[in-house]
Amino acid sequence: MKKQLSDAVVGIKPSGIRKFFDIVSEMNDPDVVSLGVGEPDFDTPWHIRDEGIYSLERGRTFYTSNSGLADLRREICSYMRRKQGISYDAAHEVLVTVGGSEAIDIGLRAIINPGDEVLIPQPSYVSYEPCAVLAGAKPVIIRLKAENEFRLTAGELEEAITDRTKVLILPFPNNPTGAIMEKKDLESVAEVIERHDLIVMSDEIYGELTYKGKHVSIASIPGMKERTILINGFSKAYAMTGWRLGYACGPADIIAQMTKIHQFAIMCAPTTSQYAAVEALRNGDGDIEEMCIAYNQRRRYLLNAFKEMGLECFEPYGAFYVFPSIKQFGMTSDEFATRFLAEEKVAVVPGTAFGECGEGYLRISYAYSLESLKIAIGRLERFVKKLRTAQ
Amino acid sequence: MREELLTILEKNSRIDLKDLAALLDVSEIDVVNEIAAMEREGVICGYHTMINWEKTSIEKVTALIEVRVTPQRGQGFDSVAERIYKYPEVRSVYLISGGFDLMVILEGKTLREVSAFVSEKLSTLDAVLSTATHFILKKYKDHGCEIAQKKEDEREMITP
Repeated sequence: MKKQLSDAVVGIKPSGIRKFFDIVSEMNDPDVVSLGVGEPDFDTPWHIRDEGIYSLERGRTFYTSNSGLADLRREICSYMRRKQGISYDAAHEVLVTVGGSEAIDIGLRAIINPGDEVLIPQPSYVSYEPCAVLAGAKPVIIRLKAENEFRLTAGELEEAITDRTKVLILPFPNNPTGAIMEKKDLESVAEVIERHDLIVMSDEIYGELTYKGKHVSIASIPGMKERTILINGFSKAYAMTGWRLGYACGPADIIAQMTKIHQFAIMCAPTTSQYAAVEALRNGDGDIEEMCIAYNQRRRYLLNAFKEMGLECFEPYGAFYVFPSIKQFGMTSDEFATRFLAEEKVAVVPGTAFGECGEGYLRISYAYSLESLKIAIGRLERFVKKLRTAQ
Repeated sequence: MREELLTILEKNSRIDLKDLAALLDVSEIDVVNEIAAMEREGVICGYHTMINWEKTSIEKVTALIEVRVTPQRGQGFDSVAERIYKYPEVRSVYLISGGFDLMVILEGKTLREVSAFVSEKLSTLDAVLSTATHFILKKYKDHGCEIAQKKEDEREMITP
């Protein structure tokens, strides 16, 4: 028989998250408390769900245009103007996608030629590297450092650039570290980006969840909009993960090519979700604010708990993750997470699931109720004490 | 801090002081002082417990009573409202806009007890012109709390 599988796909190593997921699922133990999810614990606000239901009742069960409902694209543009002061043309510079994930995939496919290099700062979301590989690019990893609070510096960027560098992925606010890039940080990397004529793929899916001033998009820095594919979506800001809805804003020629792939591979994003999303953008600012306040309280709670148990952790100002260091225990992230799960029944994700430079760290999500966090923190405290006694 | 503190307490007045301080990133002393100040100022008027009485053996009947009244010279609705809210079986009294004036929420042990209150106490007040009593048959949501449903976390244990 001929070779059945694609070498490129087979060559991609399975996600480190998946492995841990399997361990937890196999345990099938109701006592396990998880701090391992990458999605909000809130339900989608009712008025948004109601709009989705209403669209179904009205029989709006057809395809939309490839690039998404015109109303939705207009609302996305008005949101971008309102929140970031950036003007996009709803007809040519916006594409509604199946989650931010699709936008990452087709965005890379639309711009990559064989051998182009994609700069990927890590630790970061698990799909950039495989998507780059599948697009035919060579991923080049930039190892972000704890001493820079896991922000990308101009120096680190400069050092990674070669003649083949095509695009920089900018994953801030960051999953898994919770790091943000403030305006001054963006300005200093923007200078390097412009000088080397790079494209930026800015994944701002956590943009609404920041706890130190409002998020600034790199596309709002002068000279950047025309070279930036800005990716955002509804999953995190409006607690709409299951609706699978995101979007990309960017230069018309790139969006046109992305739309082409999207048109052939997907047709259009789910119609029900699109109607719900229009409502989210029109009347959801208050929901975002409310959820953001709740996340911030839990963030403070965890940081305070880590401080009390002597667990080193830089203060993250974005997303809903904290990224404490466990280097003091002389274990790998994987060992720590595996033992913590086996001995204390708490699931966290080893930092290495987000790149090798996540070694020595854990991703802990605070998209949980205070009650769950309290139980988990109690167990963590006990575990840490046990490890210290054994040392 | 005050608004954030109140939002938390409104949902959970029994929260640990230590947790409260951590959530707000302030000292416990500051929290204690702020709560004490709000109690003094009457911002915080009390701490109550949400009870689903249906799950107990205690029988309770709740009625919403629309009351039309004649406002009194110089006092408007206040004095008649006071005459009504002084009764301990009256849970709440609101002055409202629309087709009637006062909304009285009454709790009694039996239907008969509630109707006796309406016919003997409430309707006989000089200022009261008319009443309309609505008995509550089932509570779905109270004080922002969905009564029937206990929410489970149905998310996958680990997601990227």
